[in-house]
Parts: sequence; structure tokens; C-alpha cells
Amino acid sequence: METALTGLVGLFYAVSIYMMLSKHIIRVLLGIAIFGNAVNMTIFTAGRVLREVPPIIAEGRTALDGVTANPLPQALILTAIVISFSFFAFLLVLAYRAYQELGTDNTDEMRIAEPEGEGLPPLGY
Amino acid sequence: MADGSQSVTFLALILPFLAAAIAPALTRVFKHNAAWVLALAPLFLVVHFFGYLGDVADGRTVTGGYSWIPSLGVDFAWFIDGLSLTFALLISGIGTLIVLYAGGYLKGHEQQGRFFSFILMFMGAMQGLVLSDSFMMLFVFWELTSITSFLLIGFDHAREASRRAAIQALVVTGLGGLSLLAGLLVIWAATGQGTLSGLLATGDALRAAPFYLLALVLVLGGAFTKSAQFPFHFWLPNAMEAPTPVSAYLHSATMVKAGVYLLMRLNPVLGETVWWETILPVFGGTTLIVGTLLAIRQTDLKLMLAYTTVASLGLLVMLTGFGSEIAIEAAVLYLVAHSMFKGALFMVAGLIDHEAGTRDVRRLGGLRSAMPITFAAALLAALSMGGLPPFFGFLAKEEIYAALNFSGGWNGVFTVVAIVGNALMLVIGFAVALKPFLGAAVETPKHAHEGPVLLWLGPLTLAVVGLVAAVFSGVSHHYVSEPMAAAVAGAPVEIYISVVPHASLALLLSLVTIALGIAIYLLLDRARDAMAGVLAAIGWGPDRGFDQVIRGLIRLADAVTGVIQNGRLEVYMVVTFVMIAIAVWTPMLVFDELPSMPSVPDLTFYEWTVFAIAIIGLGAVVYAADRLTAIVSLGIQGFAVALLFLLLGAPDLSFTQFMVETLSVVILALVMTRLRLHPSDHRPTPEKLLDMTIAGACGLGFALLLLKVTQIPFDATLSEFFSTYSYVIAHGRNIVNVIIVDFRGLDTLGEIAVVMITGLAILALIRIRVPRTSKQPEAAS
Repeated sequence: METALTGLVGLFYAVSIYMMLSKHIIRVLLGIAIFGNAVNMTIFTAGRVLREVPPIIAEGRTALDGVTANPLPQALILTAIVISFSFFAFLLVLAYRAYQELGTDNTDEMRIAEPEGEGLPPLGY
Repeated sequence: MADGSQSVTFLALILPFLAAAIAPALTRVFKHNAAWVLALAPLFLVVHFFGYLGDVADGRTVTGGYSWIPSLGVDFAWFIDGLSLTFALLISGIGTLIVLYAGGYLKGHEQQGRFFSFILMFMGAMQGLVLSDSFMMLFVFWELTSITSFLLIGFDHAREASRRAAIQALVVTGLGGLSLLAGLLVIWAATGQGTLSGLLATGDALRAAPFYLLALVLVLGGAFTKSAQFPFHFWLPNAMEAPTPVSAYLHSATMVKAGVYLLMRLNPVLGETVWWETILPVFGGTTLIVGTLLAIRQTDLKLMLAYTTVASLGLLVMLTGFGSEIAIEAAVLYLVAHSMFKGALFMVAGLIDHEAGTRDVRRLGGLRSAMPITFAAALLAALSMGGLPPFFGFLAKEEIYAALNFSGGWNGVFTVVAIVGNALMLVIGFAVALKPFLGAAVETPKHAHEGPVLLWLGPLTLAVVGLVAAVFSGVSHHYVSEPMAAAVAGAPVEIYISVVPHASLALLLSLVTIALGIAIYLLLDRARDAMAGVLAAIGWGPDRGFDQVIRGLIRLADAVTGVIQNGRLEVYMVVTFVMIAIAVWTPMLVFDELPSMPSVPDLTFYEWTVFAIAIIGLGAVVYAADRLTAIVSLGIQGFAVALLFLLLGAPDLSFTQFMVETLSVVILALVMTRLRLHPSDHRPTPEKLLDMTIAGACGLGFALLLLKVTQIPFDATLSEFFSTYSYVIAHGRNIVNVIIVDFRGLDTLGEIAVVMITGLAILALIRIRVPRTSKQPEAAS
């Protein structure tokens, strides 16, 4: 199972990075969304996959019986999902507002902060 | 050392800084008369250090200090012998007079308080520099003098010339300071001594060390820049942009002598080698000649003096480099004499400028009746500078000529250099002190009259001290010259020279010098024109070179920034991911850490189906031709991940993922429908192939890394900890939930805060509407 998952994780990374390398801001955003999933699955796989049984202590017991899924990566990922969602939402609104103000979705054309052909800084003292 | 004396010396070290702190407030209350109060601080130092004269004259040294960084063996420690005591007395004594002089010179200036503050800070730094025992303390104070010098040169910061001079001085002396630091560290490493007193006790250890030459060159780099040796001399004349009290104090009497101090201090351990006795005289002699020749060219009183200061520093370095005992005596005498007469002459130049409104020697004349006290001070100082009896400068010059009387191949050359240099200095001294006062009265921009007591007290005192110290040469030798020379030579020294001329070769050379000087003085205007012609023919100098270097630096920085920070997000992303791919692949390939070949995964039919859905979703995101397809496909891969979590024993993750993906799709759809955005790929094929390669390399790299991780044994300690204690301690059966709300509760609190801040930022982004003309909307301000 882990082998199959690593393959899928690799594919997720490849697709998200390919999207992020685009000039179009919306494709970059889609890439970031996928990247979040890729990272979460990396944590999940690294914590080993032991199939079906969720890490819940049975009624009347004080610890887990037998083999269950690893609870630690799950807790980490739960936090990560929420954070990456807020991150994504913020970037989406930022892109939306940038498009409204600048009238372009091409990152090459967003040059207000670093204008082209600025010339040399002053050479005096 | 008694504890009481120790704390008083410590107080003396920090007193100038304390005075600097209160100077602005004091000046606001008392205006320029604050100088009388502030001068008490350096006066206290004079009195305190006078108390050590007896001890030091008897050959004892005073040490003391406190532990500073014990783990590195660095102490806040001081070391007072003849050399540092003489310097300390010069610094505090001239400092007292300079503070008073500044009170009169900058009277009514609205930043006078700040000026007092800077100059007192400098005094503290310089005081610390000459009294330091530990290398680190020496270096810190050394750099502090550079910084305060920068502040003082740039005091009149509204003028570009001031700013340039300040930056130039800081760059040159700052770089020299770094060189000195490196040199001190080399010495520290070579001898194991981190203090001057310790180093001086090692004898020949440093000279025998393999890194001797490296240490010497690095230390000289610091000393030569600070003491304005050719070809680093150019910053010193430019520093004349500073107000005259600064020129008199920092740039003639004290700071520029820090380099000479360093050389004298290290003479017992670095000197007496072929390198030392070659490099120092050659650079010093060159500086002497270049400085005096350039001085002839000037018409500004301050610039004339500045170039002779360069020349005098050259003379001091030359003498220090000869290595003979008598040369050291000469250097010591000349250093003391120079501090006094040059400080006085600078103050005279400032006084003339202040009262007559110009410093141009061609536009001054006949001031003797208008400014008699100033004239007296100028005359006394100039006679000392010219080396005439019965002044201290005479003692120095006699000793210099006696020192040249040694055997060696270059003897004749240095003798000629010294005669020419001294003659030209006599010319400049007379030109500054006599020309403005003698001859017919000349119309000056201001109607000249004698300055206030604050202004003439300083130069007159220094000039008179120069006379008294020479007349009672026995006393001054015993308490000042001999202990200082002994510290430089590293052995007891006796000096006999007095103001009574005695027939010798030295006297003959003195007479030659004086005759030559008077001859040139009478032809000064013609000599000046000739020098101007020569300099115009050369055209280029280190000063212009400095401008070229600075401009070149700016151009280089601009070019480098243009390449690295070119404003194209795509390039940043490509570089980032290429670096990530390299970082992932290199360790695996270099250390042969590639994972072993895995077996074919054994999955159930429905698990394969979920994998297939995820892959189809990913493919559709890349190839989607319109935005709705892209959004839906993004949802598909997200739901596939949620399904995987569900199948693999993570129901909590699954539910969260479902909710988040649904929300993402909804928000995306809402935003995207408002914009005319193209989700499809517009890249040309070569670019696509490049990006695919990078993405593929990263993806494969991550996959292999993860595979390797899953192939090494699993450490379940943490998971077992949570399993064991989840119910027992936290009373929860769902371990994932317990971790989130209990074991890592603070973490979750942070997460909630992040979500809340993001929400506020989004709200701000949507609400802020700036007019079209302004720049990008501020994010989350």
C-alpha cells in the first residue's frame, strides 16, 4: 500500500509543481491547492499505513488493542488541512484583488513593485 | 592596585560617554556656556591621569579591569604605561581645550548640543583605545573612533561634500579596522595572547611565528588607513569638511595618531625585522614627501595644515620603522610636539575663519593688530612646527636628525627626505601663522577683531605648553618622553636633548632645513603654481579613484540585482524548484541512498479505483480547457484524497477533507465566475517541456525519498505514548481528537489564530479600495 501511495504522492507533487511554474496566477493557485494535498499525503505515508482500523480505544479498555492506524500523523494532517485551506482562501482573494487592480492574471505583467528599466540608483553621496 | 583607584579609572573611561549623554540637555539650558561645564569631564581625566605620572616614570605599569566575556577569555581591562599615559594626557588635555573652543566656535548653532555629544563620545572612544589591554576592547574602541569621526565629519550633513567626506573616511578607516581585527586575531592565534600586556611579555614569539608577515601586513592595513599613509591619505584632507574643532582634535592631534600608537605599541613584538624596517620607512617617507608637496599646492589654511598632518604622520611612521632607540625618541618627541602645535594651528585657522570670514590665505593679511592674542598663539605654534629653539618642536627635530645619523644604505635618501619634508613643513607653518597676520591689511569678508576667550584660550594654552615643556625639558623628559619611549622601545631609555643648541651634525642639518624653508617661503606663490601644474598633469589620484570604486560598486550591485531580483515570478519559481530537485536528488545519489525496488502493491479493486479517480482528477486539472472543468477536476482529486483517508483508517481526516474541498470548490467557482481568467495552459511547447522536466524531477525525487523512508524501520515510540496515555491521562477514546485538543492543544489554538487572522486579512483585502492611481492594495495591513 505504501508503495502505491508514494507513487501517487510523486504524481501529486509533479502536477502541482508544473501548475505553479505557470505564468497564470489562477493555475498557480490550483497548483498550491494540490500541493497541500501532496504534503498531507506525504506525512500520512511516512507514518506508515496499517489499513482500515481507526485509532479509537474500545469501550471498557484503556489502550488500543491490536493493530490500528497511526494517530500522530492524522493529528498533524488535521491541523495542516485547515491551515492550507486558509492559506488557499487568502491567496485566492489576493489574486482576485490583484486582478481587479492590475487587470491582468499574468505574473510577468505585475510589475508595480519592481518596474522594468528603472535605471541606476543615484551615484552621488 | 587598590580597588578605589580601579573604580576611578573605570569611571574615567566612561565619563566622556556620560558627559555626551547629558550634553544636549545641558546645551539647551546654558547655550554655548555649557562648554565650561562639559570641559570638567576631560579636566577630571587630566587630573586623574596626572596622578599616575610618578608611578609610570619609575617604570611601573598600571593595570586593572573587570571580567567581560570570561568564556572567551576577554576582559574589560586597561593597561597604562608611558605610551598610553602620554596619549591619555594628550587626549584629555587637548580635549578639555577643544570642548571650550567648540563652545565659542559653534556659538548659536542650533545643533551645538549634538556636536558636544559627538565630540565627547569620540573622546571616550579614543581614551578607551589607548588604554585598552584586551584586543577585543582595542578593536571595539578603534571602530568607535571611526564611527564618531564619521558623525563629526558629516556634522554639516546638508552639504554633499560633507556627506562624501564622512562616507569616505568611514569606508577607508572601517576597512582598515577590519584588517586590524584580522591581524589581531592572527596574533592571538599565533601567540595565544589576547591582551597587549600579555603579548608584550612574549618577546620574540611573534617574530618567530610562521604567520608573522601576515599579521604584520594586516596590522599595517589598520594602522596605515587610520594614520592616512600614502596611498590611503586622501580621506584626511577631505575630512576638513568637518567643523574646525573636529579638524584640530580628531584629524591632527589624536585620532589619526591611533595608527602610530598601534605601531609604537606593537614595536617591541613586531618590530626589529627586515620587513618592519623596510615597509615602515618607505611608506612613511613617501607619505612625508607627498604630504608636504600637496600642502604647498593648497590655499585654504585648513587644507594646508591637513596635508602637513599627513606628512607628519608619515614622518612618525618612518621614524618608528627605523627601529633604533634614538629614532624612537625622536618619534616620541615629535608626536607630542605635533599634537600641540598642530592642534593650536588648526584652532588658529578656525579662529581666523570665524572672525575674518575666509580661510583663503591669499585673501588674508595684516590681522596682527586686530587679533594680537591669536597672532601670538599662531607665532608660538609655528615656531615649534618650524623646529626653532626654544620650542618643543626643536627638540623633536634635533632628535630626528640625530636619528638619521645611523649606518645603512638608505641613510642618505632618508636624510634628504627628512630635510625636504621638514623644510616644507616649516614653510606651511609660517604661511599659516604669518601670512594672515603680516603685511598690509587686506579687505576680508567680515570685519576682523579678536575672538572671545573661549576661542583663543585653546590655541594659546597649547602653544605656551609647547614652550614651557621645552624650556623645562628635564622635567618633561622624565615624566613624559622617557617613559613613553621606553614603552615603545621595550627597554628603559634616557633622553638628554635640551633647548640649548649644541654643535653637532644634527644642528647643521637643522640650519640647512631652516635656510631651505625660508627660501621656499619667500617663493611660496611660485611653488604653489608649479605644484598645481604638476598635479593637473597627473590628473588622477586616489581621491578620484575612490569615487570610481564607489560608482563601480553601485553599478555592480544594480547589475547583480537585475539578474537575481528581476521581478519575474516564473524565474523565482524555476530557480526554487530546480534547487529543491537538486537538494532531494544529490544526497540519494551521492550517498547511495536510493530505495530498493519495491514489490508490486497488493491492493483491492476499490482501492485501485480511488487511485484511478485521483489520477484522472489531476490530469483533468492540467488539461482543462475552461475554468469550470478545472475547478471541478480540482474537487475530484480532493475527494479522491478524502476517500483514501476514509479507506486507510482516518475518518476524521476524511470528513475534514470533504468539507474543505467542498468549500474550496464553492469559493473558487464564486470568484472565478467574476473574473475573465483563463485556466488553460498558454505556455509554448519548449517551456512546457522544461517545466515538465523540473516538475517530474521534483515529483520523482519526493516519491523516491518517501519510498526510502517507508523502507527503513518504523519508530513507534510517540504513537505508543499517545495510545498508552490517551485514555489514562486525557480521558478520551478517539486518540486523534485527544492529541488535537489536549496533548497539542496550544498548537490547535495557534491554528485557530491563523485561521482568524487569515479571515481578517481577507476581509481587509476585500474592503480596502484604493484609488486607481496608487499602487497595489496593501495586504492585511
